Amino acid sequence: MPGCGCEAASPTALHGLAVFMQTTLSIATDAFAYGMVLFIISIGLSLTMGLMRVVNLAHGAFAMIGGYIASYITRDLGWGYVPAILLGVAGTIIIAAPFERLLFRRIYGKPELLQVLMTIGITFCVIGVTNYFFGPTLKTIPLPDILTRPVDIGFRTIAAHRLFVMACGVGVAAALWFLIEKTGFGIKLRAAVDNAAMTDALGVRTPVVYAIAFAVAVGLAAFGGIIGAEFLPVEPYYALRYMVLFLVVVSVGGAGSILGTLVACLALGAVDTVGRYLMPDFGNFFFYAAVIAIVFAFPRGFFGRAQ
Amino acid sequence: MTQPAMDVSAGAPTRSYPLYLRDIAGVAAILVAGAAGYWLFPDNLALLTRIIAVALLVLSLDLITGYCGVASLGQATLFGAGAYAVGFACVHGGVTEPLTLMLIGAVAGATAGLAMGAIMLRAHGLAQLVLSIAIVQLGHEAANKFTGYTGGSDGLAGLSVNPLFGVFEFDLWGRTAYLFGLALLVVVFALLRVVVSSPFGVLCRGVRQDPVRVKAMGAFVFPVILKMFVISGAVAGLGGALAAISTQVVGLDSISFELSANALVMLVLGGLGTLYGALVGTVIFMAFEHVVSAINPFHWLTMVGALLVAVVLVAPGGLVNLAGKVGGIGRSKGSKP
Repeated sequence: MPGCGCEAASPTALHGLAVFMQTTLSIATDAFAYGMVLFIISIGLSLTMGLMRVVNLAHGAFAMIGGYIASYITRDLGWGYVPAILLGVAGTIIIAAPFERLLFRRIYGKPELLQVLMTIGITFCVIGVTNYFFGPTLKTIPLPDILTRPVDIGFRTIAAHRLFVMACGVGVAAALWFLIEKTGFGIKLRAAVDNAAMTDALGVRTPVVYAIAFAVAVGLAAFGGIIGAEFLPVEPYYALRYMVLFLVVVSVGGAGSILGTLVACLALGAVDTVGRYLMPDFGNFFFYAAVIAIVFAFPRGFFGRAQ
Repeated sequence: MTQPAMDVSAGAPTRSYPLYLRDIAGVAAILVAGAAGYWLFPDNLALLTRIIAVALLVLSLDLITGYCGVASLGQATLFGAGAYAVGFACVHGGVTEPLTLMLIGAVAGATAGLAMGAIMLRAHGLAQLVLSIAIVQLGHEAANKFTGYTGGSDGLAGLSVNPLFGVFEFDLWGRTAYLFGLALLVVVFALLRVVVSSPFGVLCRGVRQDPVRVKAMGAFVFPVILKMFVISGAVAGLGGALAAISTQVVGLDSISFELSANALVMLVLGGLGTLYGALVGTVIFMAFEHVVSAINPFHWLTMVGALLVAVVLVAPGGLVNLAGKVGGIGRSKGSKP
């Protein structure tokens, strides 16, 4: 990460201003990219929570599975970044499918505490099994050359990877918006969210809708886990470490709301990044303080629906 | 709203013999189990004392989760508040009398419980859960960063405690600490039995089952639950104080998300809404952890995970209720796993 205001002792005020601008820009781009990673992973969680009313603490575990698969493909098999993303997402969905069929279906509509317990249990299992097979070390996902180069965007340069992540985030948001607002599937999905029993009665096969939505959510988690590995390193306790982060984002944004999740990700990404730049020792402190303040002020999240 | 499926632990069983007989039997069972532990595992008294300290934490969680229906993944905040308060008082304040230290731990825990309850009760459901996590993480960060007072990740070491009643020294083998902890557990347990079967305790259960109805009957929900948070905080604070005094060090792990999550797992494993369930769950969980995690921590994680899934699917009321059902002595429960 470039420029932390280290040159602040420069003689001229003009130079100081330039440094200040540069620091601000660095923080802004990092915060935006980080927020986008959070968004890609959390939006799936937000959807499952809004649609199926399942507090899915195992969401981070699916992101972790995606990261592990991608790391295995790029480092051990030596394949490229694109196949790693595609196979990582597909593989995670395939692994997650039995979970949905066998376990998650049993806790739809159950009390939150039971959902929390079962999904924490799944998370523990995933951590234990992954580490049994892949060992307790940090997994890197090497970027292709094209993403490691800095890109000149006119007034300054940014790492291409940051741009790529931002573009992915915007793309995911647009695609989801289109899927939910403009397609037949989206209509069924929204109907099932509003009144599952009535939708069922009208002939929509809600279990299929649920399964597809779940697959989309898990796929997004894996996608975010892979391309966000620069921000949230893939390591054994990934699923537990960032589980809290994803939950926080969704509850701050309001479950089921794309806009809410987007705003929450950008806001929390900004708080976190600014905290890390300006007060590296107390970064997390401010993050959690902000979370408490926001949830206290908006108990239903920014754009949550009344239950 | 509260769903009938959760209603596996509705408490207050109707029986032909008086309830206090059961409580006397329960206290006797704790004493017997405690004495058995003392004679059978004289080399593992430190672990047994740790189990008692965590049992107090799980009991405190049971008070708000099992009896009031407030799920919390941040209960270790209260445990840590007690532990660190004792640490400060002992290391920085020069207080060395063990009973005074326990009192300090209880008061600190109760104060933290008051603050935590006031914040958490603002929200419901997921937001409430997230608040509890954020609170414990905030506490963890604070304990980690204010190294001058807390020792940071090295822990706050160097608690030297006077002999108990001026006579019984806290020895190297942890005999005094264990027996003291056992006595503490029995006293707390007996007091909590009184609390949960009092009108106040019954009102709490009413809130858990249907807060709207309790409101309609003219009771105020918020102060009732907040009061339970304070009691819960005092119990958790005692647990933290016991852990601090017995190990003579307060580590960062005493105020952590992991400890909070484990406490919830233990509680659900044993059974929500019965104080016995909290004890049974703690003992089974920690005994298994001691054995399995010595082999490979990741196997332990896999096992806990599988166990959790199994409990949710097979015995959502916990082992105590399962045993009751199997033995035919429990009431018929309305739950369908």
